[in-house]
Amino acid sequence: MTDNLVPIVSILSAALAVGFGAIGPALGEGRAVAAAMDAIARQPEAAGTLSRTLFVGLAMIETMAIYTLVIALLVLFANPFV
Amino acid sequence: MDSPLTLETLFNIGPVPISAPVVVSWVIILALGLFAWLATRRLSLTPSKTQTVLELLATTVDGQIRDTMNRDPAPFRALIGTIFLFVLVANWTSLIPAVEPPTAHLETDAALALVVFVATIAYGIANRGIKGYLATFAEPSWVMIPLNLVEQITRTFSLIVRLFGNVMSGVFVVGIVLSLAGLFVPIPLMALDLLTGAVQAYIFAVLATVFIGAAAGETSGDAPSEKENKPS
Repeated sequence: MTDNLVPIVSILSAALAVGFGAIGPALGEGRAVAAAMDAIARQPEAAGTLSRTLFVGLAMIETMAIYTLVIALLVLFANPFV
Repeated sequence: MDSPLTLETLFNIGPVPISAPVVVSWVIILALGLFAWLATRRLSLTPSKTQTVLELLATTVDGQIRDTMNRDPAPFRALIGTIFLFVLVANWTSLIPAVEPPTAHLETDAALALVVFVATIAYGIANRGIKGYLATFAEPSWVMIPLNLVEQITRTFSLIVRLFGNVMSGVFVVGIVLSLAGLFVPIPLMALDLLTGAVQAYIFAVLATVFIGAAAGETSGDAPSEKENKPS
């Protein structure tokens, strides 16, 4: 059992990291899209600029989730304790 | 599932091991260089179709640099444009069967971010002089020196991890879906991958522009310092 403990904990922590790490960016992206929709509804002629900026902003926010994914992959594939 | 963090050696040139991403990068460099040479061989005042597309691209890059830096884009056009095109083509090589994008490996991204890091310092010194560039670390006051030094490292690191994570996760997800369900299921994900690749190339280029622009200094602006001093 103790031999398997490190892999088990690693997999659990990787799943938890991605799961909880996705919450923040999801909320942030929701707010960003809602704000962009609001702005486009008020000013439809600015839709081009808004959506371009929105995409870049979303990619920036999404990077936070990607960071947790990288951490999870480090834990799974490059774990120093296995 | 192979680990995305390790690399296999394809062959050795003398003592130097060569892996697949390096070969793919070489092919991309050769293809882009050859295309650029062929496409710009016969430039004329009445542009052909290819020349129109190229001019549109160059004008767009120029416009982005001018919007971000408030400067003449000429000294930065070559570097920023090359970075954008290389990252874009490298991200889109995932479309070719049996080819992994070189940006899905940490080493290629580290090399690209290192280029940006060195270019930041080089443009900073070229535009402000060594003393003037070192003085920017003490802005807005000398208390910020350690933070500014740490920022140099962390922003380069986040540049690496951002590109690596996004491209690698795309490849990874397509691989997982492919192993679960066969023929046509991964196609929407690959389409999403194309979008992510283009956006990430754009972001990488824009961030490089921002870093270089901040190091090179603005020609006439004093707006950023006002913003920073604003009480919050």
